[in-house]
Amino acid sequence: MSYSSADINEFRDIWVFCEQRAGKLMNTDFELISEGRKLADERNARLVGILLGGKGVAGIAKELGGYGADKVIVCEDPMLDVYTTDAYTDVICDVVMEKKPEVLLIGASNIGRDLGPRVAARLHTGLTADCTHLDIDMEKYVSFLRESSTIDVDAVKFKMEDTNLKMTRPAFGGHLMATIICPRFRPCMSTVRPGVMKKAAFDQTKADACEIGQYPVRRNADRLRTRVLEVVKESKKLVDLIGADIVVAVGRGISKDVNKGIQLAEELADAFGGGVVGASRAVIDAGWMTSDHQVGQTGKTVHPRIYVALGISGAIQHKAGMQDSELIIAVDSNETSGMFEVADYGIAGDLFEVVPLMIEAVKAAKAF
Amino acid sequence: MILSEAHELMRKNFRSFAETEFTTEIQEQLDREGGFNWDIWSKMARYGFTGCKLPVEYGGQGGDTLAYVLMNEEFSRICPVLAIYANTPNSLGGGPLLACGTPPQLEKYITPVAKGEKQIVFALTEPGAGSDAGSLTTRAVADGDYFILNGRKCFISGAPIADYAVVYARTNPDLKGSRGISMFIVDMKLPGVSCGKPESKMGISGYPTSDIVFENVRVHKGDLLGPLDKGYSVAMKTLDGGRLGVAAQSLGLAQGCLDEAVKYAKGRKQFGKPIANHQGVSFMIADMATEIAAARELIYSTAVAKDAGDKNASTMCAMSKYYASEMANRVAGKAVQIHGGYGFIKDYKVERLYRDARIMTLYEGTSQVQQIVISRSLLK
Amino acid sequence: MRVYVCVKQVPDTSGKVAVNEDGTLNRASMLTIINPDDLSAMEAALELKDAARCQVTAVTMGPPPAKKMLQELIAMGADDAVLISGREFGGSDTYATSQIIAGALQHLGVGAEDVIFCGRQAIDGDTAQVGPQIAEKLDLPQVTYAGKIEKDGSVLRVRRLMEDGYMTVEVKTPCLVTCVKELNEPRYMTIKGIIECYDKPIVVLDYEALKEEPLIDPATIGLKGSPTNIFRSFTPPQKGAGQMLGGSSQEAVNELVGQLVAKHVV
Repeated sequence: MSYSSADINEFRDIWVFCEQRAGKLMNTDFELISEGRKLADERNARLVGILLGGKGVAGIAKELGGYGADKVIVCEDPMLDVYTTDAYTDVICDVVMEKKPEVLLIGASNIGRDLGPRVAARLHTGLTADCTHLDIDMEKYVSFLRESSTIDVDAVKFKMEDTNLKMTRPAFGGHLMATIICPRFRPCMSTVRPGVMKKAAFDQTKADACEIGQYPVRRNADRLRTRVLEVVKESKKLVDLIGADIVVAVGRGISKDVNKGIQLAEELADAFGGGVVGASRAVIDAGWMTSDHQVGQTGKTVHPRIYVALGISGAIQHKAGMQDSELIIAVDSNETSGMFEVADYGIAGDLFEVVPLMIEAVKAAKAF
Repeated sequence: MILSEAHELMRKNFRSFAETEFTTEIQEQLDREGGFNWDIWSKMARYGFTGCKLPVEYGGQGGDTLAYVLMNEEFSRICPVLAIYANTPNSLGGGPLLACGTPPQLEKYITPVAKGEKQIVFALTEPGAGSDAGSLTTRAVADGDYFILNGRKCFISGAPIADYAVVYARTNPDLKGSRGISMFIVDMKLPGVSCGKPESKMGISGYPTSDIVFENVRVHKGDLLGPLDKGYSVAMKTLDGGRLGVAAQSLGLAQGCLDEAVKYAKGRKQFGKPIANHQGVSFMIADMATEIAAARELIYSTAVAKDAGDKNASTMCAMSKYYASEMANRVAGKAVQIHGGYGFIKDYKVERLYRDARIMTLYEGTSQVQQIVISRSLLK
Repeated sequence: MRVYVCVKQVPDTSGKVAVNEDGTLNRASMLTIINPDDLSAMEAALELKDAARCQVTAVTMGPPPAKKMLQELIAMGADDAVLISGREFGGSDTYATSQIIAGALQHLGVGAEDVIFCGRQAIDGDTAQVGPQIAEKLDLPQVTYAGKIEKDGSVLRVRRLMEDGYMTVEVKTPCLVTCVKELNEPRYMTIKGIIECYDKPIVVLDYEALKEEPLIDPATIGLKGSPTNIFRSFTPPQKGAGQMLGGSSQEAVNELVGQLVAKHVV
């Protein structure tokens, strides 16, 4: 029987490709399994993980069950120990063509983004990259649109029985959102960035109940056209202000305890996931920090994803250096601080009181 | 003027280079410390900017005068002193050689200059001979196969880092005034050649300027450039290109001032609204923009006329230099005014542009010299 | 040796973006630029050309205005360029696009010594799919996220960037490599390059020119042939004026972090 990705009724179940490196599962695997569980429930189908690796990799599979996988298909072979495009594409396509999953989710790591498109091209099916939201159930999708878009949802006719996976992703640098479907081919493939989906709570009983199936790898290493000479881990490079994703900047407002103020800024940057501490001119002039930290007309112009201003008065010279940041949060004891004019969120208060609370809250939100 | 696709692409390229490579750090360091940025120089050489309008057969890019104007304009818009780096080989440096160099001279001197491997400067001005250049006293006396050179030149831009200089010296003291002057290509490493201390200037710091002193320098007769005793008239003819270059620098500088003023006026709030909403300021901006537009048309047309061999081109070059340099000073003044007190502070770019603008009406022929050239062409 | 560089002309999304009433992008109002990763791919090709004689060809699929971008790339140093353009190709998703470009490359010929460079991803689609899918359609080995490339005869040694380090991978030609901005500093154009670029050949391949290629199947190209379709596109609610968060410090912080989580910022 020949395989055709167009025979969509033959395809069943929600699958998640689970990436491992050096015998450790990636955090995204748990996030996608959690998300996949929701989709499987909406679709009344099974949630299956597919895991490739060297000898013994089956030993790490049960954990996936703890987040909601009904089954994990394991492919063990020395040639799968370290990722190569050819080996992983060959094996995954072999399994998919035999088992025919309806949906295949892949974490958009550097490896996922190498593998996903290759698999989709070989299987002649659609792949949507970097999805931030997934729905199968049309009612759920409609309420998502109601909250997150400017569309007048009630004025639109939706086919409520539609069970295509609706994959929403940002486009054009995030200025536009698009929902993509793959109506004519299966499996419907989607990659999802790490940290986007929420990890469910771990359940040991579910982990114990997870079914592990070994899939015999029928390929040999002759087929491999690339050779991995070495895998090198590097310690994190110093991030500079201009390239920083997150900037927490301090101003004259830290004067009552300068060291504590800077420390709080560092801790807040860390809580957000790693960032750079910046400063207003007042701080540099006072000698509290060196000039390479300065943000503003005389200092550096930054465009981080998140900019937090602590105790900064928001003079035009400072604003000139950061007003194009994606999200601006300002904390200042003075209600009339100029930073509140450009901030998305402002808290008028004592930064020494507010920032410790913020650090705790952000850490708690990220841990979930 | 509507530019051709090729010229638009050139402008885009120059702009991209200037915006990326002329960082604020570099600009501020040059203004503070002077000196010369060899790194930017080698980048300019790499992309052929040093040979923009020099002939392809001598290592240049073969660009036309408009390409050269666009290069000066776009570079000067970001940093006027760095525009001078690329300007010199294409104008006063290379000009006299292209006008009357023999093929061996062109091969020896133009090729490395076009490629940015060597630098050549124009040494005419003396302490007692500025606008009245014809009264120069540097002397070159024939001695067999050589000429012995004695004298002092001053305000020579690029002298401290130059490899060669085109030196104007009197070879026939019996001929009066500007007659009896010859040009020599002098290797700056020859015994007897020395440079004075680099001047401390009001602006365009980052391109060193100094005296050159010649003490019994022996220059081979093969390095006599052009006809004996007739060098001055050659010099005058080659000044056109340089004048247009300065006009383009002035234009770029003025545009830079306008860009800063608009940005500031939109952001600075007084009396409850951005100062751009106050007519006192917005009308200043309208005036600046209009003068810049007028200068641009004059300069671009002049570039085209010059390449077409138009007989008015020389006068147009003088008009372009005169108008654009005076305009740049007016525009820079307004830009500082719009910035209020901040315009007086070195953290703000207009403070430096205002100082850089001041040289434009002075070097490569003062505005008064341009007026002489223009009026003579009309009144002869 | 022939080096193909696949490039894309994209709207400049790093600047301000204008959106139409119906939520679609107002492309006409935006400046177009050469996709940054693709410029690095071109620079990688030109560095190979600096080291050894080869023919560097820029290839793009797009509407006629993309010709201007190709001229720029020739001014940068490419020997020639190919524009794949046709009504039939319009509306293609990544699968269909890769198919078409692969078909065009087959038409042009990919020899044993040849290399195909692509940018890792385009700043409008951000999918990073087309490079690997072209490699699959041409049955070529691929190495993505190249942060460093060395060539020794017919073997490329590539530093493949990972999130926390890198892998060093060896691959033989013919092969496809996707490049990231970190790979190199793309060169500027020379003045001579610009003057001469208008005389160098740009070949236009339309549907008629390519329809005999096995990969160009009308059922799998264009809007109709694409496996994925846009179901809906919309703008996220506009960023209004900022909010001041009131109440006690704890309440304000809770509200703040709650909003950040809802927006997927945290």
